[in-house]
Amino acid sequence: MNNRLLYAALLWLPMFASHADTKVSEHVLGNGLKVLVKEDHRSPVVVSQVWYKVGSSYEPGGITGISHMLEHMMFKGTDKHPAGEFSRIVAENGGDENAFTGTDYTAYFQTMEASRLAVSFELEADRMRNLHLLAEELKKELEVVTEERRMRTDDNPQAKMQEHFMALAHTNSPYKNPVIGWPSDIANYKVEDLQAWYQRWYAPNNATLVVAGDVEPKAVFALAEKYFAPLKPSEIKAVKPQDEVEQLGVRKMTVKLPAKLPYLIMGYKVPTLKTAEHEWEAYALEVLAGVLDGGSSARLSSGLVRGKQLAVSAGASYSLASRLSGLFTLDATPAAGKNVWDLEAALKNEITNLQIKLVDTVELQRIKAQVLAAAVYERDSNFYQAMQLGMLETVGLGWQKADDYVTKVNKVTAEQVRDVARKYLLEDKLSVAYLEPLPINESASEPNTQKGAK
Amino acid sequence: MRIHLLSLIFLLASQSVWAVAKIEHWQTPQGSRVYYVQTEGLPMVDIQVAFDAGSARDGDQFGLSALTSALLDSGAGQWNADDIAQRFESVGAQFGTGVSNDMASVSLRTLTDKLLFDKALETMRGILTNPSFNEADFQREKSRTLAGLKQQEESPGDLADIAFYKALYGDHPYGHPSSGTIITVSGFETANLRSFYQKYYVAANAIVVIVGDLSRKQAELTAETLVSGLQAGTKPDVLPEVVMPVKAGKQHIEFPSSQTHVLVGMPGSYRKDPDYFTLYVGNHILGGGGLVSKLFDEVREKRGLAYSARSSFAPMFRPGPFTVSLQTRNDQTGQALDVLNLTLADFINQGPTEAELLAAKKNITGGFAMRFDTNKELASYVSMIGFYDMPLDYLDTFRQNVEQVTVASIKDAFKRRVNPQLMQTITVGASVSSSEK
Repeated sequence: MNNRLLYAALLWLPMFASHADTKVSEHVLGNGLKVLVKEDHRSPVVVSQVWYKVGSSYEPGGITGISHMLEHMMFKGTDKHPAGEFSRIVAENGGDENAFTGTDYTAYFQTMEASRLAVSFELEADRMRNLHLLAEELKKELEVVTEERRMRTDDNPQAKMQEHFMALAHTNSPYKNPVIGWPSDIANYKVEDLQAWYQRWYAPNNATLVVAGDVEPKAVFALAEKYFAPLKPSEIKAVKPQDEVEQLGVRKMTVKLPAKLPYLIMGYKVPTLKTAEHEWEAYALEVLAGVLDGGSSARLSSGLVRGKQLAVSAGASYSLASRLSGLFTLDATPAAGKNVWDLEAALKNEITNLQIKLVDTVELQRIKAQVLAAAVYERDSNFYQAMQLGMLETVGLGWQKADDYVTKVNKVTAEQVRDVARKYLLEDKLSVAYLEPLPINESASEPNTQKGAK
Repeated sequence: MRIHLLSLIFLLASQSVWAVAKIEHWQTPQGSRVYYVQTEGLPMVDIQVAFDAGSARDGDQFGLSALTSALLDSGAGQWNADDIAQRFESVGAQFGTGVSNDMASVSLRTLTDKLLFDKALETMRGILTNPSFNEADFQREKSRTLAGLKQQEESPGDLADIAFYKALYGDHPYGHPSSGTIITVSGFETANLRSFYQKYYVAANAIVVIVGDLSRKQAELTAETLVSGLQAGTKPDVLPEVVMPVKAGKQHIEFPSSQTHVLVGMPGSYRKDPDYFTLYVGNHILGGGGLVSKLFDEVREKRGLAYSARSSFAPMFRPGPFTVSLQTRNDQTGQALDVLNLTLADFINQGPTEAELLAAKKNITGGFAMRFDTNKELASYVSMIGFYDMPLDYLDTFRQNVEQVTVASIKDAFKRRVNPQLMQTITVGASVSSSEK
């Protein structure tokens, strides 16, 4: 089959698709709230997201996880709406809602039938400035968050190992702290801590409102003016940069946990689109991640899982759109009879190959083909599109970066992939963690049964 | 003020006319049922071919369905696993296989540009009709499955699920985990997979789902291309009835975790169940409604006992599980379980209030359009409708079916179908000795 012909068809396709595309519309209210609207009239629904420029990377020591804790408390009532009413009103209007916190953002969303957008705006505007933070609600919600931490991290060996790994890999960057917070910090939040955090970051001039779906931008802007314009802005003091110090040599750690399988994580210090010396470097790292892990034909699946059968699974990941410099990570679980050191050597070998040999054209085109196609598939989901805009805006890149992602990835050359591998994937900038399984309680295999069912 | 708001609402709701998806249905000459929905606006299509070949068809070879499915894209005709992956990925297509208790499926998401589409479709056809089941690929996938099974043993949640299904279904085909057990999977040979494939991956046992930007004619050709190379075959016998537990049961599995995973339940509802909508709406109030439900309120909002507390019916061909679940710090397991059981018992005895029912209906019907506002979600509904042979107007009548539910019908259905005397309770976690505290 003629690969060049296929690739030409792919290149042509997003252009055709974007022809029918509706652009993003932007409007900034007098109080600084930025409103972004992306139209999609395929279904009579709308997603509305409020993004705050605050997340775990903004947190000082002692109160790690407080952004996430505040996210939970945002459902606990205002002057107008007592605890629980927010969710009840959204539900009665047929809505779905939730919230999420990351290193660089805290976001709240509702998806609703398009005519109900005002319901979402009224509630979000209200809790942006009028939240009640009550000690008795905090006491209960603290327990909830502690249970959440147990479930997500403490009882999950690989997640727990990742937490330790991030703390190893970063010296002073706030990315060393888990988004959910360290246990003793969680146990000691006080209402005053949350109040201060809320006052400091929750204001219209520190937020972005993203709306995607079956709506007209003008009407959304008018509605946003109605509900959000009365809110007063705050003076937002910029967070300190906390630039990570230079790493001066490889770092290694062993994490011993009750588990059944060993596990390996490796991470190289790399810049992001925001921090890279040249913008293309971030896109080249993105393509490099694709060469290793962009599907089942990529090198890790093809070479390590199938070819050499060293791993039962292996992956590579890079976050292009983070606020601060971060890591290019590789992780893998060894196949039976292999160990983490075999895997470490094999993964390093893959990196060396990228540094000395150019990725061939067909392989590079395959990575780009997937990016081009994914740009079409992503448009199946309003939620995903809104999320992309919200995230880019919130980390300070600007939502416009969403528009040139495909073009920029497409411009990446084999030489650029080699060059970023040479420049950033260096042994001295590497951290490695090994999960060493400890035996799980012997009695686990012998359930204590009071038989009832047959 | 109010007038102003109304005009805004008018402006917001766009002029576009929206109707519930129209499902077209036909049968191929080989006897496969096809379900097709045309969607416009994006040059892409989601295609799925599903077989009545889920883990319920494993027989005593637990995990056979899953391993057969996992091996499909590792070799077909002339192509090895790399060839297959490259063929899909060079045209930006996404391919996957998977199994549930009832169903085994292969699915493809691809662009509809002819050049790209044809290559993806040809590859999918090869996988479906001519899989190799090579010894080397088989050994590798088998050991990956075994590693996955081992890993389940480090997850209290997975251990609880496995014990729960066993407690509910015993020796019924729903009673074992889809991925099998280390003992059964270790014993497999390629011949087992081949004969499973030959028996179940046949035209008479297949449905084809197509949702996307293809014309009816293209859809017909697509379905024909995919299944014409399959053996005609026959449909397998229907699965045996589920035998209900005869009495309540409790099982604790000791595990060194900080939380105890709690599962309570019994066989619940099935796809063509006349009580289904009543149970569904009732459960929405009890523990199904996201951040608003009785369980969520009692366990989390009032007492902070858990992050997640919920209940669900999982309708399958035969009654799938009714499950009430939470995870809590080991030393408060007893308290959480008491709250869970009391909330459930209250609901069975008293049912919901009119106000609760009204709120639930508003949530379900008001958010109806969001259930399938992406091609992906729509395709999964169409697949369910096709696979379980549900009425083609299932989505059209969905809201009406919800509206018809009453407080009395919920009380009646829960009394008949959710019996505390038959509940199976699984706990997995560390029991707390009195010295610890």
